[in-house]
Amino acid sequence: MLELRDITKRFGDTEVLRGVSAEIQKGEIFTIIGPSGAGKSTLLRIIDFLDTPTSGSVIFSGRDITSEGSIEVRRRMGMVFQKSATFNTTVYENVAIGLRFRGMPETDVRKKITEALEIVGLTGFEERKAKTLSGGEMQRVALARVLVTNPDLLLLDEPTANLDPVSVEMIEDLIKKINRDFGITILMSTHDMVQGQRLAHRIGVMMNGRFAQVGTPREIFSAPHDRYVARFVGIENIIEGTITAKDGGLATIGADGTLLYAISPLTERTHVHLFLRPEDIALSCTGEHATSVRNVLPGKVVEIIPMGPLNRLILDCGVQLIAVITWKATEELGISVGSEICASFKASAVHVVER
Amino acid sequence: MNEIITGFTTAIELIISLDPEVIETAIRSIAISLTATFFATLLAIPIGSIITFSEFRGKKALINLVQTLYALPTVLVGLFVFLLISRAGPFGFMRLLFTPEGMVIAQMILILPILIGLTISALKAVDSTILDTLRSLGATRFQFMNSVVREARYAIMAAVVLGFGRAISEVGAAIMIGGNIRGHTRVLTTAISLETSMGNIAMSIALGIILLGIALVINLMLAYVQNR
Repeated sequence: MLELRDITKRFGDTEVLRGVSAEIQKGEIFTIIGPSGAGKSTLLRIIDFLDTPTSGSVIFSGRDITSEGSIEVRRRMGMVFQKSATFNTTVYENVAIGLRFRGMPETDVRKKITEALEIVGLTGFEERKAKTLSGGEMQRVALARVLVTNPDLLLLDEPTANLDPVSVEMIEDLIKKINRDFGITILMSTHDMVQGQRLAHRIGVMMNGRFAQVGTPREIFSAPHDRYVARFVGIENIIEGTITAKDGGLATIGADGTLLYAISPLTERTHVHLFLRPEDIALSCTGEHATSVRNVLPGKVVEIIPMGPLNRLILDCGVQLIAVITWKATEELGISVGSEICASFKASAVHVVER
Repeated sequence: MNEIITGFTTAIELIISLDPEVIETAIRSIAISLTATFFATLLAIPIGSIITFSEFRGKKALINLVQTLYALPTVLVGLFVFLLISRAGPFGFMRLLFTPEGMVIAQMILILPILIGLTISALKAVDSTILDTLRSLGATRFQFMNSVVREARYAIMAAVVLGFGRAISEVGAAIMIGGNIRGHTRVLTTAISLETSMGNIAMSIALGIILLGIALVINLMLAYVQNR
């Protein structure tokens, strides 16, 4: 449905996009996640030809639309922006505007708007002044406005970035509904990795102007390609080491004099990064642990940082590890700064990549 | 001091009694300036839109020039239009000199820069997300400009009111092009000028009060529209 071929974009001396390539399948929700300034918005703007790429091409339904940029092609797409844009008129007129551009007869316009407002949960808001709505309601108006134009491709540029949690949930439900019930392909950017995970069939992680990794949410969150992606998707334990021995799939890895075990196809003497999620680390004070656990590291608690209902513990086990544990468990185990502790995790919980 | 107080009381009498000459002059003033403002607006909105949404060399210089012309002296406009429409001028055959139509043209030229300049400012002030949204909804160039103008309508209306205020209050061009002919081209400002020089202070004050009253009414109407 949409193919991006090696797109670059420069603004003066700043290179915002450095060769973005991807293929978006018909009917999927593809989210672009990445930190602010990674180039997500610029990419969406290029697809809707609000900006022109410095080089590369956008193929939409088999046609190269990069230089063409016709209104006819643009009318097959819809875009919703991060900042709610409502026109200084009624909700009805706000939703109608795209249809008026297309010269649709008023009776059809009314029918479409009634349906769209029902879908976004704003039935009865027709005559309200759009400027008096809340941020969440404005974004729903924006969604209704593109929905009535029946686009093949919907581009959403961080549509929930400025909203409260309740509105975010509502918009997310709508996005899923629009994709599921109308089969509209959705390309959406967000800096919220969990949102990406909740909504997407596939995710592209954008770092420094290119896709560092494209894959299903599971692939991205459990097997990041490099340490930048790993850090962005919330993997806090990133350890450098070298494979010192291999026994079948089991690799022994030396990291600062500590031996760790992981499952990896990589060969001996490969320099690697190990990724380990804090929630995969179990803690005990007695040194008892499940027999299937390969990695058992005694150490000390260096710091305890409260984080919502959890505590983040920074441990010195020869290598620095970050683990999470509930407040209650912290108290029951009598853990405080300086406590002796045993951290354990399975070899399969460690994801190994070549560095 | 006495003269001023008598002037005021007589002025009020003239207005309350709907003195035919005062009313006729006031209506002519409003008609000429409204017509000038109407045609100037008709020109200024598309010109302002095209300047705002086109990229060309010298755009900045052009906008600077337009803004400089805000302070265009009314007598200069009078002179310029006089040269164009006097018997010997290129449009002399149209016999516009000393006619209300000639005055409309002069006032139009006078306020066109303000209207164009403030239209540009009003359009530039429209949020960029609104512009992106219009483009992404598949607007043609005309639909795009039309929608942005609609979005900036209150700011543009304020510009129109300001233009009307300048048109109705100017005297230089009105006297040079209109000639202050009683019952034909005499407007509030030229009448005030004449009556004062003739020592008819009461008449001048009455006309002055009406002129201020018109400005007040127009501004109240604008405030009402903007608050809707």
